[in-house]
Amino acid sequence: MNLGAFLLEPMTYGFMQRGLLAALLVGVVCAVMGTFVVLKGLAFIGDAVSHAALPGLVIALFLGIPLYLGGAIAAVGTAIAIGAVARRGGLRFDTAVGVVFAGTFALGVLLFSTIRHYTADLFSYLLGNVLGITTTDLLTIGLLGAIVIALIVILRKELLYATFDPAGAAASGLPVAALEYLLLALLGVTIVVSIQAVGIVMVVAMLVTPAATAQLLIDRFGRMIAVSIAVAASSAVVGLYLSFYLNVASGAAIVLVETVLFLAALLLSPRHGLLAGWRRAPEVGTEAS
Amino acid sequence: MLDSIGPHTTAGPGTAFVATSASTAGADVAVRLTDVTAGYGDRLALEGVSLAIPAGTLLAVIGPNGAGKSTLLKTMAGLLRPRSGTVEILGSPAGVQARRVAYVPQAEAVDWEFPVTVGEVVMMGRYARIGIGRGAGRHDREVVRRSLETVGMARVVNRQIGALSGGQRRRVFLARALAAEPDLYLLDEPVTGVDATTQEDLMDVLDAEARAGKTVVATTHDLACAAHRFQAAALVNRRVIAAGPAKDLILDQRLLAETYGGHVLVLPDLAGGILLDDAHHHDEPPDGESHYHPEQRR
Repeated sequence: MNLGAFLLEPMTYGFMQRGLLAALLVGVVCAVMGTFVVLKGLAFIGDAVSHAALPGLVIALFLGIPLYLGGAIAAVGTAIAIGAVARRGGLRFDTAVGVVFAGTFALGVLLFSTIRHYTADLFSYLLGNVLGITTTDLLTIGLLGAIVIALIVILRKELLYATFDPAGAAASGLPVAALEYLLLALLGVTIVVSIQAVGIVMVVAMLVTPAATAQLLIDRFGRMIAVSIAVAASSAVVGLYLSFYLNVASGAAIVLVETVLFLAALLLSPRHGLLAGWRRAPEVGTEAS
Repeated sequence: MLDSIGPHTTAGPGTAFVATSASTAGADVAVRLTDVTAGYGDRLALEGVSLAIPAGTLLAVIGPNGAGKSTLLKTMAGLLRPRSGTVEILGSPAGVQARRVAYVPQAEAVDWEFPVTVGEVVMMGRYARIGIGRGAGRHDREVVRRSLETVGMARVVNRQIGALSGGQRRRVFLARALAAEPDLYLLDEPVTGVDATTQEDLMDVLDAEARAGKTVVATTHDLACAAHRFQAAALVNRRVIAAGPAKDLILDQRLLAETYGGHVLVLPDLAGGILLDDAHHHDEPPDGESHYHPEQRR
């Protein structure tokens, strides 16, 4: 089989076309959002918010309203509640997040266990099913993703300053508290559009891994976003083809490709790489002897 | 309503007015705190602070660790709302005139691994003026270039901030404040941990800004630097112990003792080491005397 046929054959299936488009959209939105998640240290919050979306999804299923709406309300609400806890202080922040995260997820599982017919779907929430995405899903992902990206592009200066030096930014008159809540709300939306593709459990990888890979390679903000997008997009394509030809879970395949790229960056990064570190180490030894 | 009290007066119920030779009774007041109490959680860092700083003053905020110096600055910057009392900055409540205020946090509060360049950091000083959804214009780039030249950092404009030395980092953050073209500078330890050359350069810049009518409020642990280079000082330990001409306050052993708590025995040595030198060597801050560590001198 030649390369052309290898690449084209999966695309003769409608579910693969939609799956690839969805994986690319989700990958790009997560890569952009993930840059802020990595720089602001929001990975744990991202994981918590994705788990907190479950009860929202289940309740939406009960009520017969769109799943994205239920998930988004739960995710954005949790993200903002976490932000408020962070601002107030009192309890240790990661402790508070841990409690919220486990509690909401348990509520979701409990609610789910009351509906017998849908039990099989629990796995698609937890692990995602990018190949089961419908055209309506695709439109929702595209629209919400475009809103997230557009707001980040419009507010990129202010978000950058508020992320880098919140005190300096607030003192200069930027609405830092509002920007932080907006960022958390956008994180909630990003997570909800990603759940269908990669599942609750692996969303955090889509958010963190491409941006972390970029951070190992690049020390400029704009280029870090670009590299993060490149990592996410190439992982989406490679992961989906792997899942097609090896007949393995698509979400997991995408996340594993991202992880492999991260490990490669960890080894080969000119500044932070392990190899660069090993290469430097003997030089020090020679000088000493 | 404003008690103009002398520098040697400990702050009682009245407002400590920073009266200096440069300020006249009718001068504009850039910062006016009235009976301010502020803190975090259960802990009160400042209690009943009243202080009036005339425009154009170069003022050092002096006091031991944990005395509330940073809290005082954050309260002025509008970052911390006081529990009680009023904070008036440039004629308005704190935070209202934010674009006319530049705040620089302590170096430890900054993530130096953050992927931004020197030029990007200094441009942040312009962001509030540029406005949401708009890019930097030619004038903004010109102001950034000039600010970097003023602090001697024009050559490293494209360098990532983590690659800078401690002194260079302080220079860059001062450039960010300059780029905001503020009327009030609030600087948290702008000359801490820098070499003598950098300290002199940075103080020259602050001095020039004060002479141009800008108000500069900077916290410092460096009593020698405060006495030599600052026009005015406020001695702070949870409250304002005294405010007035920097040299007078720092030479006053009783006030210093009150500010630094029970370390009275330290003071004659300290005063002799730093301030007797002072009369003869105006332009040379004594090296190695830049930090005040009462607990190590006992």
